Amino acid sequence: MQGQLSRFNISALVLGFSFLYLPIILLIIYSFNDSRLVTVWGGFSTRWYVSLLSNQQLLDAAWVTARIAFVSATVATVLGTLAALALTRYTRFRGRFLFSGMVFAPLVMPEVITGLSLLLLFVAIGLDRGFLTVTLAHITFTMCFVAVVVQSRLMSFDRSLEEAAMDLGATPVRTFFQVTLPVILPAIVSGWMLAFTLSLDDLVIASFTSGPGATTLPMRIYSQVRLGVTPEINAVCTLLIVVVTAGVLTAAVVNKRRDVQRQRDEQAAQRG
Amino acid sequence: MAQAVQETLSGTTAGQVGEQGLASRAIAAITGRAVILVPYLWLLIFFLVPFGIVFKISLSQTTIAMPPYTPVFNWDDGISGFLANLRELSFENYTWLLDDALYFNAYVSSVVIAGVSTFLALLIGYPLAYAMARAPGSLRPLLLMMVILPFWTSFLIRVYAWIGILKPEGLLNQFLFWIGAIDTPLQIMNTNTAIYIGIVYSYLPFMVLPLYATLEKMDFSLIEAAQDLGCTPISAFWKITFPLSLPGVVAGSLLVFIPAIGEFVIPDLLGGSQTLMIGKTLWNEFFSNRDWPVASAVAIVLLLILVVPMMFFQRAQARAQEQGR
Repeated sequence: MQGQLSRFNISALVLGFSFLYLPIILLIIYSFNDSRLVTVWGGFSTRWYVSLLSNQQLLDAAWVTARIAFVSATVATVLGTLAALALTRYTRFRGRFLFSGMVFAPLVMPEVITGLSLLLLFVAIGLDRGFLTVTLAHITFTMCFVAVVVQSRLMSFDRSLEEAAMDLGATPVRTFFQVTLPVILPAIVSGWMLAFTLSLDDLVIASFTSGPGATTLPMRIYSQVRLGVTPEINAVCTLLIVVVTAGVLTAAVVNKRRDVQRQRDEQAAQRG
Repeated sequence: MAQAVQETLSGTTAGQVGEQGLASRAIAAITGRAVILVPYLWLLIFFLVPFGIVFKISLSQTTIAMPPYTPVFNWDDGISGFLANLRELSFENYTWLLDDALYFNAYVSSVVIAGVSTFLALLIGYPLAYAMARAPGSLRPLLLMMVILPFWTSFLIRVYAWIGILKPEGLLNQFLFWIGAIDTPLQIMNTNTAIYIGIVYSYLPFMVLPLYATLEKMDFSLIEAAQDLGCTPISAFWKITFPLSLPGVVAGSLLVFIPAIGEFVIPDLLGGSQTLMIGKTLWNEFFSNRDWPVASAVAIVLLLILVVPMMFFQRAQARAQEQGR
């Protein structure tokens, strides 16, 4: 029974995935539309991509966004990994309930609330709004996503490996870096990528916490989208989709390769 | 372990081992504390404390100057100043929220819209997750990847993609014209229907992933057994599959419902000017009216509405964690 797809299941898959992908595919197709009217097909053209290169505002915003995403994802990965370790390794400490609440709540917290509350904090402590404040805000909400990703890997982690290392005389710190870290590294890498793309995509929190000189790409896109659909925006969106998709697929392929390699190594080791 | 036993047996190095154990245990205790403290403090400062500030500002008066509110607590004045300030605290912004039907309606319609969208997402997501769980094992990683991929793509872009499809001269109407189904364009843009489509589309992966996770672990031979015993496929589904997948249904629904209530981008871009959703109201209070105290009061009330579903969510997470062990 299992392993065969009934007609119902096949149609569920086809309809579901068409719904998920059709809008994105249409957006990509119409980014190559020669006509300025977005919904009328006027022939194939790459002119909107060429005109992007001269849109200095958009290029500046893209550069700001990339820097914020890189810095915030890196810090968030460190903090999120620590949080995941704290949650899986220390089942009992004072305030654990509050801690786990603070890790899980940002995952579902409406962005308007997170954005507003962080902005009011920055105003209260007199921090000028700009690059730094957006970065701090992004670290805060993305570290929780990293924590969840790393935590799920840690839960399936075989702790006897660590015990073995410590019995053999390794200090806990050395055990972490030589045994634990290599095993959970794929999760940490995907956590970083998730944090990076979340920061890259964020409009609401950035709008609240940003100041002059730190306009991010989503903020720029949003202000243009409000004026209407333009082929140029379709082109930017297509580029973003291509970059993110390429990143995710590369990571998936690398992970898969590593898994296959590890299985081969294990088989080789067993054969002796 | 073996080494320790050997050394204890030989007796000579036993004391040394004890000392080393103590030292490394102390280091472990210190690093352990840092592992907890660093993220803990970060979240306290950047997640919890801000809510206190929001609450404080929601109680203060609106002024025209920048920052657009009068400070309620001025720490320079000492205790007497604090007490004087305490008397100035007012729940005026909250009574304002109650008096003006706009806010009440916005809260109610946000909950209704989020509820309807969650139900629609379940209706669409369940068959998809089910079909994925029944697919051949070799195909499953690919299908999973295909569900996750849109989630990585920018939210803003995915909502934007629907504008070109739904607007009166958009692709959907063009298509329906072409096949001859309609002769006047459907008005979907700027209605609640557009918001439902936007929310379901954007949050569908959040619904499918937890559902898939529970359905994939399910033992499908149970259904065969039920059918052998005379159950129809439909009653077997309602008696076995659905109850067993309930944790996934709850997790997926909460993951869609909670953020959808406070959603801003979707009602703003697809919903037009008449739609009332609280995330949009908050945004307008803040960015258009520049009324920070009222925006803060709106946020606090929204938070109060979300506390209950969020606690459910945390419970579900904790339970999943226990089972994962």
